[in-house]
Amino acid sequence: MDILANLALGFSVALSPYTLMLAISGCFLGTIIGALPGLGPSNGVAILIPITFTLGLDATSALVLMTSVYYGAMYGGRISSILLNIPGDEPALMTTLDGYPMAKQGRAGDALVLSGVASFVGALLATFGLMLLAPTLARVAFLFGPAEYFALYLLAFCTLGGMASNNQAKSAIAACIGLGIAMIGVDSSSGLPRLTGGNLHLYDGIDFLVAIVGLFAIAEVFFFIESHGKGSSIGVKLDKVRIPWADIWSTKWTMLRSSGVGFIAGILPGAGASLGSFLAYMTEKSVAGKDGGFGTGVPKGIAAPEAGNNAAAGGALVPMLTLGVPGSGTTAVLLALLMTLNITPGPTLFTDRPEVVWGLIASLLIANVVLLLMNVPMVKIFVKVLMVPAWILLPGVTMISFVGIFSLSGSYFDLLLMIGFGVMGYILRKLDIPTVPVILGILLGGNMEDALRRAMTLSDGDPTYLFSSPIAIGLWVAAIAGFVAPMFLRNILRKPQAITD
Amino acid sequence: MASDRIFGLVTLITAVAYLAAATQIQTNFFSGEYLPKLFPMLIGGVAAICSLVMIFKPDPEPEWPASQSWLNMGLAVVVLAIYAVLLKPLGFILPTAIAAGILSYQISPRAKPAMMAGIGLSLGLYVLFKFALGLGNIVAYRIPTPAKLWEAIAILIPFVGP
Repeated sequence: MDILANLALGFSVALSPYTLMLAISGCFLGTIIGALPGLGPSNGVAILIPITFTLGLDATSALVLMTSVYYGAMYGGRISSILLNIPGDEPALMTTLDGYPMAKQGRAGDALVLSGVASFVGALLATFGLMLLAPTLARVAFLFGPAEYFALYLLAFCTLGGMASNNQAKSAIAACIGLGIAMIGVDSSSGLPRLTGGNLHLYDGIDFLVAIVGLFAIAEVFFFIESHGKGSSIGVKLDKVRIPWADIWSTKWTMLRSSGVGFIAGILPGAGASLGSFLAYMTEKSVAGKDGGFGTGVPKGIAAPEAGNNAAAGGALVPMLTLGVPGSGTTAVLLALLMTLNITPGPTLFTDRPEVVWGLIASLLIANVVLLLMNVPMVKIFVKVLMVPAWILLPGVTMISFVGIFSLSGSYFDLLLMIGFGVMGYILRKLDIPTVPVILGILLGGNMEDALRRAMTLSDGDPTYLFSSPIAIGLWVAAIAGFVAPMFLRNILRKPQAITD
Repeated sequence: MASDRIFGLVTLITAVAYLAAATQIQTNFFSGEYLPKLFPMLIGGVAAICSLVMIFKPDPEPEWPASQSWLNMGLAVVVLAIYAVLLKPLGFILPTAIAAGILSYQISPRAKPAMMAGIGLSLGLYVLFKFALGLGNIVAYRIPTPAKLWEAIAILIPFVGP
């Protein structure tokens, strides 16, 4: 009964009035961030990291706050998906497929409550899965040497690339951009600067927070300038909100199946929440058959992607906490948070800092319950948030990003760099080059190179050492399959396109 | 088509430059002769191959905005860059009001609401940062000397700034 004892430890950390307060305000803030069009879990969490850092919260409190914001944003994302047909981020796209048609039929309230319950089920089951699976995987992770870690990082980039883009070369370029940026700075083993071009500002390397905020938040401003903030007004009326018991009961199996599918997709390093909601939706669509009416606003079409999406968000925490390899864009941002707080994720985290891990898990459970309670009766308040016009919202987000990044180092250089990343993010997204691999590259580049170097030092420069253990070979095979398979499956597993009016 | 080819060419040149820079990485006794160069060279190599794929197998052309939007976005970049260097010498309130106002005007071109948004955001965020989050040292306002102001602007001018 290790789990119960650990969970008791976790709740003793997470149930103090102060942390509970943080969890509740995090949930509230997160839901608002998720609901705002143009802000999703990734950029919302990214903007808040520097500010949390400056607030001087200790590691556990900061982690509780940010994970509740993370979960809150996942909940909030569905509001703009359903009411505006604008997904806050990639995984929320699947929710628009049935959510928006249902809202147009005058059942917006039902759709919101149903998706809230589905989110709750998915996230709750995934948190239980995390509790059961993570400690076991942490023990397996002790078997990982440098060769295995190198292959694992490669697997993350390959599966992410396979899923995130329609063009493998483009996602590989994105990963290379990130990895290449990570190499800049003083080399840890020789103490000599690398690839800085003699610029003193670059000797410290490029802070990943600067890149994240630039690529996610500043790039968004350019998109809004291009579109003049069109398409961000509510086209659907929200009447009385009741609880659609019949719909919830009729989708119970859908929710359970989708949670399972989503959780497994989330565990795959690099695949993450997009794959989770996509697979959950497609599975349910094929289970329901042609008469299921998917795409016309059926309850199952809302419950499946929401449960899958939130379960994948929980599942993505498994590789992030045990191996230090995030499974999605947002978990990459959470990994950035952990690194900022000087917590190194990995197998040792579970033995060295159990209060951090189990406090986190306990606060996830608390956040879930708080979010369900908050989202069903108070959904109307969050809908009001959607009324904030883009011409106030986007300048505000920009200014908060500037202050946050400025508070990190107090240097104009980081701010200029952030603007540069914003421009880059705009161009990359225009060219359909995914930006998440860039972030992942900057975050993991140092570790990946470290693993390669240690492997080369151990084997005295023999490259075959990288394929010397069964685990490493398995990871290499999975990586290559994950990179190549989507090329052939693309015609079969075509993503449903968003509905346009 | 053309966009992908141009981007591929740019990344190809960058990748080759990166490879060239990687061969020049200084090493010493502690790091060994080739280890600090190995991973950067691998990255450069993969990037070069992918750039070639992009040049020879480009995707369909994306929808680029009209030239008016490009002008607007260029202006936004300039405004943000000036804001970035003035944040320190001028403090938070004045630059924020102006920069937020201009951005707001660019998203929705109506002068009065944009001005109100700029002033409101600047004061609102000032109160939020100073009193709710305790970041007073970052958002304080300052009155700079002309020399300091010039020094800040000079950062943005090539060959003049530091």
